[in-house]
Amino acid sequence: MNRLVLNKVVLTLSTISALIGIGFLFWILITLSYKGIASIQLSTFTNDLVEGGIRNLLVGQFTMALMATFIAVPLGVLAGIYLREYGENSRMTSIIRSLSDVMTSAPSIVIGVFVFALMVEPFGTYNGWAGVVALAIMMVPIIIGTTDNMLALVPKELREAGIALGGSKKQVIMQIVLKAAKVGVTTGILLSFARIIGETAPLLFTSANNQFFSMDLTDQFPSLTVSIYNLATYPDEASRELAWAASFILTAIVLFINLVGRYVTRHKQ
Amino acid sequence: MSGNLFRNLSFFSATLSLFILVGIFAVLFSYAQQSLHEFGFDFLFIEEWEAGEDDEGGIFGGYIPIIGTLLSTLIAMVIATPLAMGIAIFLTEIAHSKIVKPFSIAIELLAAIPSIIYGMWGLFYFAPIVQSTVGGNGVGLLTAGIVLAIMVIPFMAAITRDSMNTTPDVLKESAYAMGATKFEVIKDVVMPYAKGGIIGSIILSLGRALGETMAVAFLIGSVMSIPKGITDPTTSIPVLLANNFAEAQDLEISSMYYLALILFVVSFAIISVAKFYFLGRKK
Repeated sequence: MNRLVLNKVVLTLSTISALIGIGFLFWILITLSYKGIASIQLSTFTNDLVEGGIRNLLVGQFTMALMATFIAVPLGVLAGIYLREYGENSRMTSIIRSLSDVMTSAPSIVIGVFVFALMVEPFGTYNGWAGVVALAIMMVPIIIGTTDNMLALVPKELREAGIALGGSKKQVIMQIVLKAAKVGVTTGILLSFARIIGETAPLLFTSANNQFFSMDLTDQFPSLTVSIYNLATYPDEASRELAWAASFILTAIVLFINLVGRYVTRHKQ
Repeated sequence: MSGNLFRNLSFFSATLSLFILVGIFAVLFSYAQQSLHEFGFDFLFIEEWEAGEDDEGGIFGGYIPIIGTLLSTLIAMVIATPLAMGIAIFLTEIAHSKIVKPFSIAIELLAAIPSIIYGMWGLFYFAPIVQSTVGGNGVGLLTAGIVLAIMVIPFMAAITRDSMNTTPDVLKESAYAMGATKFEVIKDVVMPYAKGGIIGSIILSLGRALGETMAVAFLIGSVMSIPKGITDPTTSIPVLLANNFAEAQDLEISSMYYLALILFVVSFAIISVAKFYFLGRKK
């Protein structure tokens, strides 16, 4: 009898921990929506931070994340192609694959410190490019990983068929392998974008922040996440409300991209 | 573009990530030189963090942020591990197949929420609860540890679930046929089979928790003092960097590079052990 009771207890505890996990998700999302929606006004989207809105912050955050994507996608996809298509099983390939895998979990604040030393200190000013590079450094290993894994799923026969038709290695990769893995690779890019758009730590002392609208990447650059961090610690109610509005919008964007990514993968496979 | 050029370009991209990694280590190491020369390994045990007169010299030791990082991570692990195991067991052995998918997505969304959001929510909604139930002034080790736990749970649960899922059904069915209860199957068949993956997921989450910045920055209190109790405020390496790095100079900023180097090397080592020793190489 004892073991049946123990069985019940453990299964109940497991179910409870699952409910606790879900409970936290809803708790966070509900408070965020409640506080966020109540704080959003039309002026939140039309004004810049200096006038109590987040227009410049949204534009700034997206600009940096998109620029980082433009840098990271070719590098990450090409590196993934090298590892899977050219590297065979050489020692070098397995070292690069392992290190890049570890880099996906590297502390983001350290990447901020690294880019500060290379791109902020020498110029004496925070700048948008430094933020872009910090985000790109975070993004590349994620894209390498997903590209590598997705290319591995493409059947060997497809490659052989391509070569039998007289295609060069490059043609086979670009026109057959990459096409077959298109959905997976794109989803990987989408999810890595969702990850870096919400990053704060690598931007704190690279792009820093800017209260005004700016498209000048050589100077301090407006950031939504850095602003949330600053606003939340101000004592006045208006700043906090803006921080809630910004947090809600940021979370909505991140979760939306995640859901789209998941939907696309499920739908196309 | 010729085939050769394409091959070289992709080789260059692949080695670039290697250079970045070596570059991070080299930059942190060389900028930390001043502090390394001044304090050496004693740095780890020096409790002071004080600028000298006229910003000359001063004493900067890593003891407090290192202890703060370790303790907040320890609290997070103690809370997260049983909950993550429970969630993984629920998803693999208990839940009806119709619930598993939406539930997994929900848990993964929890992992996708940016850490700064956990910080905001923790500061305004969770800290007051800790304050009224356990005491202290809301922000401190315990609050940071709990919110850190909530952040790593989805991560840990997902990897544990995946490795539990690899247990062959035949093994489980044989145990059931012998009259084993579900718990006994989990304990004596699934757990031993998935042991490497489970330990790996715990160590990997540990490595991530060590370097987590924003959520902890909101919640740990950010003061340079040794915590005497579990609710006391203190600081951690990432939080100290986040708040004070940009204004620091000379020996102080060099000491911060030193801290960043320690954090980078330690989390690199921990994550490597988790990935390659326990989780094995993915093909």
